Amino acid sequence: MAAIEILGLEKTYSVGFWRKRPKHALRPLNLSVEDGEIFGFLGPNGAGKTTTLKLLMGLTFPTSGSARILGMEISHPLVKSQIGFLPEQPYFYDYLTARELLEYYAQLSGVAATERSRKVQEMLARVGLNDAAGTQLRKFSKGMLQRVGIAQAILHDPKVLFLDEPMSGLDPIGRREVRDLMEELKQQGKTVFFSTHILSDAESLCDRVAIIHQGELRGVGAVEDLTSSVEGNVEIVWHGNSIPAALTALTTECHPVGDTVRAVVREANQDAAIDAVRKEGLRIISVTPVRTSLEEYFVRKVQVSQTAAGVLS
Amino acid sequence: MSNRIACIAFNTFREAVRDRVLYNLIAFALLMSAAAILVGQISIGIERLVVVNLGLSAVSLFGVVIAIFIGISLVSKEIEKRTLYTVLARPVRRWEFIVGKFLGLAGTLVVNTFFMAIGVFAALLYVTHGFQAADGWIGIALYFIILQFLMMTAIALLFSSFSSPLLSAVFTFSLFIIGSFAQDLRGFGAMAAGLSRWLATGAAYLLPNLSSLNLISSVAHQQAVSTQLILTNTCYALVYTAMAVCGSVLIFERRNLK
Amino acid sequence: MKPGGRITAIAAVLLLVCLAISAVAVHHLDRIRSQTEWDEVLYVPSPKVVKRLSLGYDGLLADVYWTRVVQYFGTKHHEGARDYQLLAPLLQITTVLDPQLTVAYEFGANFLAPQPPYGAGMAQQAIELVEYGIRNNPNDWKLYYNLGFIYYTELKDYGEAADAFARGARVPDAHPSLRVMAAEMAQHAGELQMAQMMWTTAYQSSKDPNVRANAIAHLRALQVDEDVTNLEKLISVYHQKAGQLPSNFFDLQAAGLLRALPLDPLGQPYKLTADGQVEVRDPDDFPFITKGLPSGYVAPPPRFRPSDLGSS
Repeated sequence: MAAIEILGLEKTYSVGFWRKRPKHALRPLNLSVEDGEIFGFLGPNGAGKTTTLKLLMGLTFPTSGSARILGMEISHPLVKSQIGFLPEQPYFYDYLTARELLEYYAQLSGVAATERSRKVQEMLARVGLNDAAGTQLRKFSKGMLQRVGIAQAILHDPKVLFLDEPMSGLDPIGRREVRDLMEELKQQGKTVFFSTHILSDAESLCDRVAIIHQGELRGVGAVEDLTSSVEGNVEIVWHGNSIPAALTALTTECHPVGDTVRAVVREANQDAAIDAVRKEGLRIISVTPVRTSLEEYFVRKVQVSQTAAGVLS
Repeated sequence: MSNRIACIAFNTFREAVRDRVLYNLIAFALLMSAAAILVGQISIGIERLVVVNLGLSAVSLFGVVIAIFIGISLVSKEIEKRTLYTVLARPVRRWEFIVGKFLGLAGTLVVNTFFMAIGVFAALLYVTHGFQAADGWIGIALYFIILQFLMMTAIALLFSSFSSPLLSAVFTFSLFIIGSFAQDLRGFGAMAAGLSRWLATGAAYLLPNLSSLNLISSVAHQQAVSTQLILTNTCYALVYTAMAVCGSVLIFERRNLK
Repeated sequence: MKPGGRITAIAAVLLLVCLAISAVAVHHLDRIRSQTEWDEVLYVPSPKVVKRLSLGYDGLLADVYWTRVVQYFGTKHHEGARDYQLLAPLLQITTVLDPQLTVAYEFGANFLAPQPPYGAGMAQQAIELVEYGIRNNPNDWKLYYNLGFIYYTELKDYGEAADAFARGARVPDAHPSLRVMAAEMAQHAGELQMAQMMWTTAYQSSKDPNVRANAIAHLRALQVDEDVTNLEKLISVYHQKAGQLPSNFFDLQAAGLLRALPLDPLGQPYKLTADGQVEVRDPDDFPFITKGLPSGYVAPPPRFRPSDLGSS
């Protein structure tokens, strides 16, 4: 069963005072996320990632379309008890201590009174905030607030997690911890839907990703499939510092490195390039395929102005 | 359901306390003490009158200021600071949130008034050296003041659910002033003709009728309060408050949070 | 997905129900509070204190109190009350808050001075009120007129009345009748024409519907008194000539003493009793008359005719 099904969700605002122009924050989006996978929702700032999450959380209402989580409509009251949400740059009641905040959330989520303090303690330990449990949140650093945010999202043991930029503001150690946590959650069989614009995180973590730009979906699929769908490149390194004339037409990337020259050409032009180098009598050191990064795929997709085909794998 | 509402209400109360709202009691205590001590020297024979008038007016004024200042940001602050996101992502209905917030602030005001009442009675005891039977009506006047707080809190909450804090403060305060003269507004409506009569009368019924809840001068003169008045005022205040809270719920239920 | 339809419906219905109940409750509260509200005026420590407490908004507060004056008077008058005890304190507070609210002085002259049930019966206080008004508004001829009016109608002190009118006549733009009344007061004080001029000026110089209605009622009363006096003179002439009382007005017509059937100012014919007295058909229509009343008649508390109040 799909954990999350987004069916044509759309959000349009009217902007302007006198003559209202429509602003399409999110064009009709169709997406589904399977049970137990880590799904990355990628896009540059302002692409519509946060809009989508707010629609799913019921914080804003869609112009059209609907969505289901765990088979239930998102407006159904029971849905909320199964999901956890970490908003972007979260703010919490700064007059409460970490423990008080988590206990408050636990009570609102319906955690039984007998279980509450134990669970809160457990969460504080898990996100490494034991020492700061009794400190008021107004004194917390950004990283500590992010940890609190994660704690409140998972404390009621939800089946599906929605995280908006979970790594933002964290130092490398913090980011590693979050990544480990997300892996852990996957081991426990939970579904994680997170948005980010840091592609390296997505690459290593996600089973599948979706790329969104200017409110439109540009591509969906498993990471390897997406990167391999883009034509590969080949790197040719040779001795010397001259560049054959015939080669310059085949490559955009070509520069000397020490006493060698490195050039990147498309896979299709591989043979032509090798011939050009050998014709000059230059000694080839290596010919290596270069794996396209997700970033490249991303950039390419974002630059394309047509609507994506929506490849599902 | 009621668990969640109580939880939110308690948290709102806790927020008010930690925001040092209750420190206003210190200012109030100083005021009452000064009044009690000075009144004996300034005006002989009307000590009781001054203490009751001053005390109850101060309770009313302090309370309304608190009701407005906290009330106007009850909802708008949560939206502004986005603390609302993580709350609404939980199985909390939007209307439960509104009701919880209202009860929290109302509770704060009741507690605040309770302590102030002690202050008023203490000052009264000091200047009159003994309570009389008529002093019981002061308790009723205080009860009416609490009813006023409920209405003003609900109004401030209503504006908070859709308007910015500054505008909410202006509107709520204006309604407080006009509401205190509601009787005169109705009188004006009776004297006018045509369209102004309709507008004035309509407004007079829609606006909070605070003048009938203001019994400060009468209890200062030891007048009794009829049971009928107590019952009707209670019914009116509760119904009006419920009306304003329903309005907030209706607005908040369909609000897109930024 | 739209936001929860059920909760919207419940909240909307509840709101409308509460609105209806609150309107009913307000109505109820009005009735309970109506008397006590007025008494609260007496709790005001002193007008000067009120002025200080008004924090500079005394003009607005004066207008509020003025509204209360009119409402108080109107309610009492409508109920057929015989006293207006709170009129004096209400007017006092109003004029201390705004000494330039001249309508208040006019109201005081017309309704504070006359004896109950026509007014509060506080002529001396009314005089003090108007003198206070004159001190604050020395160039308003109406106030001098009001002062003279009180002396003339209530205190019957024609000397002081003439004085007041003379002072007023010196003010620029004064109504011409002031000079006339000042001049003629000494000799013609008790006459019908003086009284008519007084009440006509009152009617013309005021915009307040209560004052005008009161003036019209007085003018009618003067007319009735005059009519009855004249008719009774004619009856005695007839009696002397014919040796008996006329049985009706036709007899007087036949004798050439009357040209037409006499009608009162409201168009109703006068009655001629068996013992030769002239009476108005409906004495309740004519507060203030001193003649033409049936014997044993007890006047009800005065009320203004709605048609008189509407004329402005």
